[in-house]
Amino acid sequence: MQTMKLTLKIWRQSGPNDKGRLETYPVEANEHMSFLEMLDVLNESLINDRKTPVAFEHDCREGICGTCNMVINGQPHGPMGGTTTCQLHMRHFKDGDTIVIEPFRARAFPVIRDLVVDREAFDRIIQAGGYVSVNAGQAQDANAIPIEKETASRAFDAAACIGCGACVAACPNASAMLFVSAKISHLALLPQGKVEAKKRVQAMVNQMDLEGFGMCSNVTACEAECPKGISVENIARMNREYLSSTLGSEVQG
Amino acid sequence: MMLDGKIPAGPLTEKWTQYKSTMPIVAPNNKRNIEVIVVGTGLAGAAAAASLGELGYAVKCFTFHDSPRRAHSIAAQGGINAAKNYRNDGDSTWRLFYDTIKGGDYRAREANVYRLAEVSASIIDQAVAQGVPFAREYGGLLENRSFGGVQVSRTFYARGQTGQQLLIGAYQSLSRQIALGSVEMHNRHEMLDVVLVDGKARGIIARNLVTGKLERFGAHAVVLATGGYGNVFYLSTNAMNCNVTAAWRAVRRGAYMANPCFTQIHPTCIPQYGEYQSKLTLMSESLRNDGRVWVPKKKEDAQAIREGRKKATDIAETDRDYFLERRYPAFGNLVPRDVASRAAKVACDEGLGIVPTGLGVFLDFASAIERYGKSKANSMGLHNPERPKIIELGEEVVKEKYGNLFEMYEKITGEDPYKMPMKIYPAVHYTMGGLWVDYNLETNVPGLFAAGECNFSDHGANRLGASALMQGLADGYFVLPYTIGTYLANDIRTPKFDTNREEFAATEKEVRERLDSLLGVQGTQSVESFHRRLGKIMWDYCGMSRTAEGLTKARTMIRELREAFYKDVFVPGSANEFNPELEKAHRVADFLEMGELMILDALNRNESCGGHFREEFQTPEGEADRDDDNYAYVAAWEYKGWGEDPTLHKEPLIFNDVHPSKRSYK
Ligand SMILES: Cc1cc2nc3c(=O)[nH]c(=O)nc-3n(C[C@H](O)[C@H](O)[C@H](O)COP(=O)(O)OP(=O)(O)OC[C@H]3O[C@@H](n4cnc5c(N)ncnc54)[C@H](O)[C@@H]3O)c2cc1C
Ligand code: SF4
Ligand code: FES
Repeated sequence: MQTMKLTLKIWRQSGPNDKGRLETYPVEANEHMSFLEMLDVLNESLINDRKTPVAFEHDCREGICGTCNMVINGQPHGPMGGTTTCQLHMRHFKDGDTIVIEPFRARAFPVIRDLVVDREAFDRIIQAGGYVSVNAGQAQDANAIPIEKETASRAFDAAACIGCGACVAACPNASAMLFVSAKISHLALLPQGKVEAKKRVQAMVNQMDLEGFGMCSNVTACEAECPKGISVENIARMNREYLSSTLGSEVQG
Repeated sequence: MMLDGKIPAGPLTEKWTQYKSTMPIVAPNNKRNIEVIVVGTGLAGAAAAASLGELGYAVKCFTFHDSPRRAHSIAAQGGINAAKNYRNDGDSTWRLFYDTIKGGDYRAREANVYRLAEVSASIIDQAVAQGVPFAREYGGLLENRSFGGVQVSRTFYARGQTGQQLLIGAYQSLSRQIALGSVEMHNRHEMLDVVLVDGKARGIIARNLVTGKLERFGAHAVVLATGGYGNVFYLSTNAMNCNVTAAWRAVRRGAYMANPCFTQIHPTCIPQYGEYQSKLTLMSESLRNDGRVWVPKKKEDAQAIREGRKKATDIAETDRDYFLERRYPAFGNLVPRDVASRAAKVACDEGLGIVPTGLGVFLDFASAIERYGKSKANSMGLHNPERPKIIELGEEVVKEKYGNLFEMYEKITGEDPYKMPMKIYPAVHYTMGGLWVDYNLETNVPGLFAAGECNFSDHGANRLGASALMQGLADGYFVLPYTIGTYLANDIRTPKFDTNREEFAATEKEVRERLDSLLGVQGTQSVESFHRRLGKIMWDYCGMSRTAEGLTKARTMIRELREAFYKDVFVPGSANEFNPELEKAHRVADFLEMGELMILDALNRNESCGGHFREEFQTPEGEADRDDDNYAYVAAWEYKGWGEDPTLHKEPLIFNDVHPSKRSYK
């Protein structure tokens, strides 16, 4: 097994009021490790030296829970496409590399400590309308409404979003359009979600603005960095939905 | 003491319906004044919190995650069972019930399991109404597939992300209740104790993980939906933060822990490759629909593969042992998990393992790719297609079915499973044991309920695939919202609980002392290193096969490890800040106690059943030898104090409607 000697430059910030800085750490890894296991090794050695380990978030380590979040050498979730930080493996790095690790940065994602940020803004956007209003027990038979396979599949593509926030971190304006539009599309495409589509898009977009996310200026860096391949077509769909919902309400109002 | 499961009277098939229509309920105007705490936002917790909110209760919901959507349920891949019989293949409520009871090796309660099968169909209806994008056929109707231990196709799925989509559905319903004000959500709050008032659960102490502050919350009832304890083994398929603390703290307050030794070892996981490894990755059971499990027949071949001198494809068809198909012709590769895992272990113990550590077998898709390729070529009107075309078409079909799993495998191992068989080995996956609950999902502590994986209720000694999601959502959407009313109906005049009461202050003080004592050791060894050692003891002696001798030894080892922990652990930082190491230390401390209880339970159960395999108790063919005369009971353990032996309470399992038979998949 080949070991590699790496230099890590990691963002350290003790809390929201600390200014924060990059600190340098040497670490030895091997190509079979995952990126997070490499950080585990670093933390174990920091603890053995009675130093404060680097705070970072993770849970499933399978690319599905959306918890892990780091900017690695300038890219959210690192260099590999369609890959979350936890799925990144060290075989994509080589001996002697210097790796810069920073938190997802956005006004709406304040730093809690080191690489840990607060992404509750995403929850509040969902609370604003990212659901179908159906109570437990109210549903009709699951096969009562057939849904075209193709449509179901497109809804699924949008529903695959893991709420990680890489799109925001990738965007020069820290816009959350990709995340929000993924939920709008997922639900608007399905007959079950159509009923509330207008109300939903307005409420979610308003909340997104309130949270302090930036505007979309069609850079599409979000799509490039999204680990789940969420397409910017969703943003176009959301814009259409938004427009038609406001037109609709003007006509009615 | 004999435990009372409070199973309602009447015929099995009518118990739930009759009980539901006669149980006490709380009027809407009273619900608003009744508070319920739900800890956990996985399928069970999110569904329960949302449904209780919809009913009008004042709910307070907690998770240690940064968002309710991160709960471990999100990682479930393969699917969810329901007795819909959409395939017209003879499925029914009864058949789902029977499969589950049999799959659990007759160590679950009939009435609970029947209810689970009964409400299963409504779960699918509910999920579709929420916008869960299940797989569909060209006609627009829902698609199904098969899982282990059954002969019908009743598993609904959403690509390989079923748990994610179901959890997002529940999370959305929960979010709606949060917006409506009926659920007060507390993210990044870890429950560290239950508060009892006059012997009833009336609140919790939670640590705000951002500030480190201990906070008190009162309620009329407390629901734990805090998941399983598979991470006792350190390496498992569970998410890194899954832990037993909530359940264990309830045990320390008097709740009984039932069947703790019933652990599920899942046959298809990516084998371990290094010491620094942090977790194991599951390859969904759905793969056994199409993957064939094998090892070489000859030890020389196995050795050559281990040493990299030969590849799987170099082994001739006649030199391969498809051992599941050989040993279990009726179910083949789709035998239940416990059976498949043990068979893989047997093959590797014989020296036939195919990875460098010796602990791995093949899961091969070549036949499926060819079969699908031919059938797709046919459907496209291609006659006599070339082999490469067949393979190409076959790979397309397999990709559509399992694409994301194949991708995940390739990301981790760097090998392409379309070209080379996957290498797999069993790993700890699920815990059937959990808090003892009665038919109402209430523990023996009044007012303390447990739902989802954290209770013991439905899976006996072995859970069938795609049944945990079903149980979590059944508990959360359709069972608990009713049964909790039987308790709360007596509480409509009870005012809200003032958290300045002495009981809250005293419990908070105990929690603070516990945290301070962990920080106070200031030893030299990391928390992680203790957890790793605990995991190894558990895996070696309380894993896939167990002996009285090994278990006895392991008990001593754990006690020594625990002693070392409290003498020499090093936890950096303080209690009044964001401190992940402190969180971990508290969890590992509880694992160190839970592990010992699992060992005691395994020692007590002098039989083999389901996931619990005691080497002393097996048939001449090496199958589990169950002892219904002496062990047809739920073992519920009562905590008796630090260093004391716990007391065993037995709930006899009475089978009126199915006759426990020898479980055979041959
Ligand atoms: C990789 C994998 C794949 C699986 N695939 C399938 C499948 O295909 N089909 C199937 O049926 N089952 C599957 N399972 C099993 C199934 O996913 C779980 O059993 C089920 O999701 C558990 O749900 P739960 O709601 O009980 O708990 P969890 O989803 O584990 O949720 C626990 C919740 O409790 C919270 N919590 C825990 N302790 C505390 C505390 N002290 N304070 C505050 N909050 C706390 C957590 O934050 C979390 O929100 C799979 C399991 C794994 C590991
Ligand atoms: S859209 Fe992509 S990048 Fe953005 S939150 Fe969802 S998964 Fe993450
Ligand atoms: S830790 Fe779950 S997606 Fe990375």
